[in-house]
Amino acid sequence: MSRLLKFVFLVFAVAALAACSSTPDDDGAPVDDRTITTGSGATGGTDTSGATGTDISGAGVDDGRRGALNDPANILSRRGVFFAFDSYVVEDQYRPLVEAHARYLVGHPAARMVLQGHADERGTHEYNIALGQRRADAVKRMMMLLGAKESQIETVSFGKEKPRNPGHDETAWAENRRTDIVYVGE
Amino acid sequence: MKPRGFLQSLRRISGIAGIAIISALLLMPLSARAQLTIEIIGGAGAALPISIVPFAGEADFPLGISGVVGGDLTRSGRFRQVDSVGIVPRPSTAEEVNVSIFRARGADAVVVGSMRPMPDGLVEVRFALVDAVKQQTLSNMVYAVTQQQFRATAHRIADEIYEKLTGEPGIFSTRIAYITQQGTQHQLQVADADGDNPQTIVTSKDPLISPRFSPDGSRIAYVSFENRKPVVYVQSLLDGKRQAVANFRGSNSAPAWSPDGTQLAVTLSRDGGSQLFLVSATGGGEPRRLMSSPGIDTESAFMPDGQSLLFASDRGGTPQIYRLWVADGRVERVTMEGAYNVSPRPLPDGSGMVFVRRDSGRMQIATMDFQTRQVLALTPGPMDESPAIAPNGRYVLYAARSGGRNVLAAVSIDGTIRQRIGALAQQVREPSWGPLL
Repeated sequence: MSRLLKFVFLVFAVAALAACSSTPDDDGAPVDDRTITTGSGATGGTDTSGATGTDISGAGVDDGRRGALNDPANILSRRGVFFAFDSYVVEDQYRPLVEAHARYLVGHPAARMVLQGHADERGTHEYNIALGQRRADAVKRMMMLLGAKESQIETVSFGKEKPRNPGHDETAWAENRRTDIVYVGE
Repeated sequence: MKPRGFLQSLRRISGIAGIAIISALLLMPLSARAQLTIEIIGGAGAALPISIVPFAGEADFPLGISGVVGGDLTRSGRFRQVDSVGIVPRPSTAEEVNVSIFRARGADAVVVGSMRPMPDGLVEVRFALVDAVKQQTLSNMVYAVTQQQFRATAHRIADEIYEKLTGEPGIFSTRIAYITQQGTQHQLQVADADGDNPQTIVTSKDPLISPRFSPDGSRIAYVSFENRKPVVYVQSLLDGKRQAVANFRGSNSAPAWSPDGTQLAVTLSRDGGSQLFLVSATGGGEPRRLMSSPGIDTESAFMPDGQSLLFASDRGGTPQIYRLWVADGRVERVTMEGAYNVSPRPLPDGSGMVFVRRDSGRMQIATMDFQTRQVLALTPGPMDESPAIAPNGRYVLYAARSGGRNVLAAVSIDGTIRQRIGALAQQVREPSWGPLL
């Protein structure tokens, strides 16, 4: 049987991980505790803790205006665009929110954002990545129509991997079909 | 017939004929690290009756070979054990097998063997397989192994028996990979096909999905969200080194190895939408776009000959499975019925595929034969996904939800035998099955 299992398992710190960015966590807290462990087996791997790394706060956001993004009274503090089942259309109720963020990008050419698309759990892991991507792309398209630059917006998808509500009913699913707006450097 | 003996005593035969519940954990009392339990929840009536005689001398060692062999063969669903208790003297070589005694007990095949310490510290393991019907020896082998190799040797013997009696390769020496989750901790683990000997390959606070063994089993591709977006990595199982092979702007996911192990088909959103690209398995270079479509193209899988890929796409309105020929870009729709058919996995002989279909909200594992286009549902659902086909094409490992938990399950390719493989204290999902070694 496999030579692999008899192997003296060497473990390597993966220095490349140190390069991973410190974009904000879902709750807005800085990500400074990310720990990735990789290995080949027997030892269970080694902590590389690579991601404790680089603080790029402020890299894309005008510090003077960051208050507006987090001021609860400001529409810019609202970051979720929710979608109907099997839908990728930004509903009218979210237009003011999307427009406000688009205006912010237009007014702050150095600002960068990541739109994180999500799907509910009714689908396969990988197909739902594609569905979440479509929801992020829909918000991006609307922002670009409103003048934001393509280079300011990266769209990514978490599929069904990061549900906002871990439940298995329609209420949970409705909360999970969404695009989260996250500014780089927050 | 009342089974007894080491293995059999742990087996509970219910009143319903053919349904046995086996805890693989109990079969491995010496393996503290075992984490998966395997129970057979449906049995095949046509299982071949085989008598596995405890090996001479194995009581002197911490792990008996015959128990592991018996566990492997029973879990395959294609064998039923016939009691050998009370046969005196107990045979340990083919010559010592009195075929008529075993025939009288209903056995069609007999396994005998011995374990003996050698002067150099190794252990000599002998085994023989006797066809009790034709009265001939089908296999006769000798191994010199360390104690650490007992389990591996037992799996090799089970593979040999399986192949001799079914004509197909056994998969007991193969490995599986899967993702576990405990709280916020996600792990990619690799284990023996029976769930024993689990090894942690990656630990992350962020989700991991889509592990895929390379064709030679030496590397594993997977998708990690540790960088706040999906990125495809390839990691060596030999030295643990890993490399991001798809880390472009946007999402990078759905890795699928080319049969020669040099490339991966992946789904990238870097040029908009979700589209299929080829990237180098060693990283670097520009990805090569496989085709352009206005819809979603993802979940690709190479056919065994490498000339075409199956993939899921909603280009026709609903998610369906298509086939792309790499040479000329020709695309053919494969699934015609239903509103959601995704996750295609070609059978090793290319004659068909296993996939996931959703019908009235119920997700099931199904097969399709490419010639007849006939679809067969293998599992009941309601949340079955991530099928991984055994390298001999006989079994499908998949992710299911049971009692609110994510568990692994296995089903035979004809749907007749189903096993639930439960984890003790954690969520398990996203299985992958390694190659024959």
